[in-house]
Amino acid sequence: MMEELHVLLKNRDVIDPTSAQAYVDAGGYQGLRRALSLSPKEIIEEVRRSGLRGRGGAGFPTYRKMEFTSQAEDPVRYIVCNADEGEPGTNKDRILLSTDPCAVFEGMAIAARSVDAHVGFIYLRAEYSYLMPILEAALKSSKELGYIGKDILGSGFDFEIKFRSGAGAYVCGEETALFESIEGKRGEPRFRPPFPSIRGLFGKPTMLNNVETLANLPHILKNGAEWYRSIGTENSPGTKLFTVCGNVNRRGIFEFPMGINLKELIYDVCGGVPDGRQLLAVQTGGTSGAIINADQIDMTLDIDSVSASGGRLGCGTILVIDDSNCVVDIVLNNLDFFREESCGKCTPCREGGTQLYNLVRRISEGHGTVQDLENIESLAWTLRTTSLCGLGHSTAVPVLTSIQNFRDAYLRHIDKDFCPVCAQEGGHRK
Amino acid sequence: MIHLTIDHQPVCVEEGTTILEAARKANISIPTLCYHEDQQVKAVCRICVVEVEGMAQLPTACSTPAAEGMVVHTASPKVLKARKNILSLIFARHPQNCLACQKSGQCELQKVAQDVGIYKPATFDLELRATPDDNSSPSVRRNHQKCILCMRCVDVCEKIQGLHVMDKENRGFHSIVTTPYGKKLVDTNCVNCGQCIQACPTGALTIQDDRENIYHEMEKGKVLVVQVAPSVRVNLAEALGEAPGTVSTGRLVTALKRLGFRYVFDSDFSADLTIMEEGTELLRRLKGEGPLPMITSCCPAWVKYCETYAPDYTKHLSTAKSPQQMFGALIKTCFAEKEKVDPESICSVSIMPCTAKKFECKRPELADSGYQDVDYALTVQELARLIQTAGICFADLPDTPFDDPFGLGSGAGLIFGATGGVMEAALRTVHTVVTGRPMEKLEYLPVRGFEGIKSAEVDLDGTVVKVAVAHGLKNAKLLLDEIKAGKSEYHFIEIMACPGGCIGGGGNAPRTWKKVEARKKAIYEAEKELPVRQSHENPAIKWIYDNYLGEPNSHLAHKLLHTTYRNRQDLLR
Amino acid sequence: MSQEQYSYKTPESLLVEVADIAAPYRDRPEMLMKVITRVQKIVPAFSEEVARVIAREMDITLTQVYSFVTFYAMLSVKPRGKYIIRMCKSAPCHVRGAREVVKAVEDQLGISMGETTPDGRFTLEYCPCLGLCDSSPALMINDRAYGNLNPQSARDLIKRYIREDVE
Repeated sequence: MMEELHVLLKNRDVIDPTSAQAYVDAGGYQGLRRALSLSPKEIIEEVRRSGLRGRGGAGFPTYRKMEFTSQAEDPVRYIVCNADEGEPGTNKDRILLSTDPCAVFEGMAIAARSVDAHVGFIYLRAEYSYLMPILEAALKSSKELGYIGKDILGSGFDFEIKFRSGAGAYVCGEETALFESIEGKRGEPRFRPPFPSIRGLFGKPTMLNNVETLANLPHILKNGAEWYRSIGTENSPGTKLFTVCGNVNRRGIFEFPMGINLKELIYDVCGGVPDGRQLLAVQTGGTSGAIINADQIDMTLDIDSVSASGGRLGCGTILVIDDSNCVVDIVLNNLDFFREESCGKCTPCREGGTQLYNLVRRISEGHGTVQDLENIESLAWTLRTTSLCGLGHSTAVPVLTSIQNFRDAYLRHIDKDFCPVCAQEGGHRK
Repeated sequence: MIHLTIDHQPVCVEEGTTILEAARKANISIPTLCYHEDQQVKAVCRICVVEVEGMAQLPTACSTPAAEGMVVHTASPKVLKARKNILSLIFARHPQNCLACQKSGQCELQKVAQDVGIYKPATFDLELRATPDDNSSPSVRRNHQKCILCMRCVDVCEKIQGLHVMDKENRGFHSIVTTPYGKKLVDTNCVNCGQCIQACPTGALTIQDDRENIYHEMEKGKVLVVQVAPSVRVNLAEALGEAPGTVSTGRLVTALKRLGFRYVFDSDFSADLTIMEEGTELLRRLKGEGPLPMITSCCPAWVKYCETYAPDYTKHLSTAKSPQQMFGALIKTCFAEKEKVDPESICSVSIMPCTAKKFECKRPELADSGYQDVDYALTVQELARLIQTAGICFADLPDTPFDDPFGLGSGAGLIFGATGGVMEAALRTVHTVVTGRPMEKLEYLPVRGFEGIKSAEVDLDGTVVKVAVAHGLKNAKLLLDEIKAGKSEYHFIEIMACPGGCIGGGGNAPRTWKKVEARKKAIYEAEKELPVRQSHENPAIKWIYDNYLGEPNSHLAHKLLHTTYRNRQDLLR
Repeated sequence: MSQEQYSYKTPESLLVEVADIAAPYRDRPEMLMKVITRVQKIVPAFSEEVARVIAREMDITLTQVYSFVTFYAMLSVKPRGKYIIRMCKSAPCHVRGAREVVKAVEDQLGISMGETTPDGRFTLEYCPCLGLCDSSPALMINDRAYGNLNPQSARDLIKRYIREDVE
């Protein structure tokens, strides 16, 4: 059986998360200490050599964000930690924040040093508001020990962290929507360019990273890029937190080196599908990820391999779906989520999300036609290519991949074959 | 310079140019909806998507800067497919009764639909918003079903006027642009300026239409008396399809006569009257009778703004009525007596560039003639439709002069139509009254032009008068804040709610700054040609004081030509 | 929405507290979220009076407050219950029987999703992912999360809240 490799989770349930001293005793804040002895350029070089890529979804090389932001003209810059973990099926950031918050602070401080920012924001989703006391205590403790705040460790470098919270909007996980929300506005994304590294929060150059990405930085700075590269694959070094959920025996957060096999993860690590059921489908990367069928799961989990399958590794969510479910019903559920969470700013997503839902529902209820299927594909393509932000783009992914990988299921519904799942929802009976 | 290829044509543009602008330079028109050349780019409607080689997505032309070596296709099959789908999505939320829409023929959505070509509208379920129409405002009608959420109205209301009457409610599919807490427009801080109507690409925001009322009055056999605001003569032809800035004074009178208006008068006359009354008031205030600065009160949107946001400072407003209302009070008194017409049988109409004039003429206190002084204020747009409906070929009409006795206005009255005009007109007369000689050069340039706030000092033989001119309510607020803080150094301030003044008013054909610029040029050109260019030299003005009113600020003048203000602060509570 | 739907009035005494919360953030419009989340703890709804007080104290427009509040799912312009039950319906919960749990809770309280019990104690709402996917199906009651539910355990949980058998 595959062994977990705990880098990010090494302090989980081992130390008191609210105590910076406990974190230091476990080897923490050494990455920051080293970063303070390096120039911003040297930090960025270290991160570049490590090959770290964003863990929020897109997998963008972290050093390039650092580079762009550090080269921006405006001297006032911000660091933002995206803790608006809204992707259904994902709770890795909650685990990191609740068990090892100082690692995130340390990552932010390192990032701040690399782009010469002095203020950082942690944007926490409202559904995690119960984490706030832990975070506040940990920050207070870190400040008392001089790791955050003015003149960190006597280096002359200042870095403050401020907490901001959401109020229930998935779209605020999109970086520019998150900025709008911090600025006290509706969480509607902005068009790009200009990119956040040029004009981000409050119009200033901003580097925004996911919680998990930031939590990687202390380890890279502490142990060096070569060590980091020795873990994972060539194009996706390091470990990855996977949230395995759905119809599977062992659910939870697992940390593995990048590049593990999906089938082994589901069957060997997580014990496969319970109750004698068969595997129907797997959705990787959350609701905005691809839905693949049982024959396709023998695949490598790294950023590029998953992208090649039409989806994305994204936040590392593995939703296991057994054969008591119906793919059309799952897609309908996904679309229901997207139409509720669309901010309504751009036409394709605002109107198209609901129309896609209507079209798929028509099929699930047994009123659909092959023409509807064509319209669905055409509309989903339009969302994917013309929407303003990632939410609109993502809406299309489960639709298009499920039609590709489960065309038969759609056709059975169009043929009005009985579907026990969809029938429950007021669907058809033959 | 940046070199790119658009639809196989090489194009060379400056850095920072968007694909949309670059394409227009190459004579390629990319359809747009949320884009407005005077506003910030929004990139929300997504209708202007184009294909850029090497990009997976279709970026929006309005927001994407042209880059060196870019290869752009603005009408490839992919682009057209996306545009059609987006348009179909908009249509699935839009009423399909274009023929019965006030905006039909002027609707940008209709135009885009024709250009893109929608022949398969039934792909998606039609689902109209259930929010009811709002016809509560005397000036603006709202139809939520026709809204495409382009946010152009919100942009102008919030950023230019500083009012923020409406914004988005809810999110996603349930988003609508509306007032807070389901309020009717009449219960909000809306000042009726109509700039939102100007910005709206569809029939979601339209002018409260009074055309039917005019036909009713005609049927009742009323004597129709009409006054025409200064800026209308440079705006009407444009609303009927001619070039912006076309002056059509004579044709306009002919058209009104043919429509059945018995007497056609010129508000330039009452603008001159305003100068006489307001100028006299200013001189009295300068002598210590009343607070300074004195602020103009011609603009009903500004007056309502002041009554709402600064009710304690309405004492700074000149008590002189606006030209429309001065005229209204005289038509049902002086004119009725002279022509021996029963004022009861008169229907007094004004042709205005303005939607707020509809609100003003309904103010209950503006009935000093014993009747509602002005019965209906029609906008330029409504007059244009009346002319169309009557089948009048406006382009070919002969000229007719305005009727006596109120058909004569000075150049000073005419320039009321542009921002700074009231100030310039007042200074011409005040200068003569104080110094005994006209200004050396009548054109007073420091108060002309579209700068947000203009200020100047005028030396009246030792008496220095400091003046300021603001247009757009956000600019007005700045001057008002100075007064509130007790820091205003001005003696006299002109404020117009609409950017550019009345030539940019909410009742005109849809504006852009380029068009307003052309209108401004036209109005100043036309003014130069006039034989009389100072209000106090207008023979009609001399006549009315000699024969009816006595002198400026006389008892009768006060009764008919001055007014009071009220406190509307409740609209903010 | 029509005007009648906003008939709820907030007591004067609460408005004073709202003003105290908002006043320190005058001319700092970016702090609207902080003000709103604090105010939410003391008012049952962002009624027009509440929004006006916030707008007045922070010197922003009423429209901005209203538009902001209606955007975020956890904020409401209509009064909600003492206990807001947020039920997750995202795919990870959905595939493990969230539907049945929802039905059980609806039956238990006698209301449908989106409604508030007549006694004003419970409001039922759908909520996108709660981040409790490793223990789905899950729900939250105010700030507390509960996972690994089935219809029976959900009923038992609600029963405890009905009896106020919670800390």
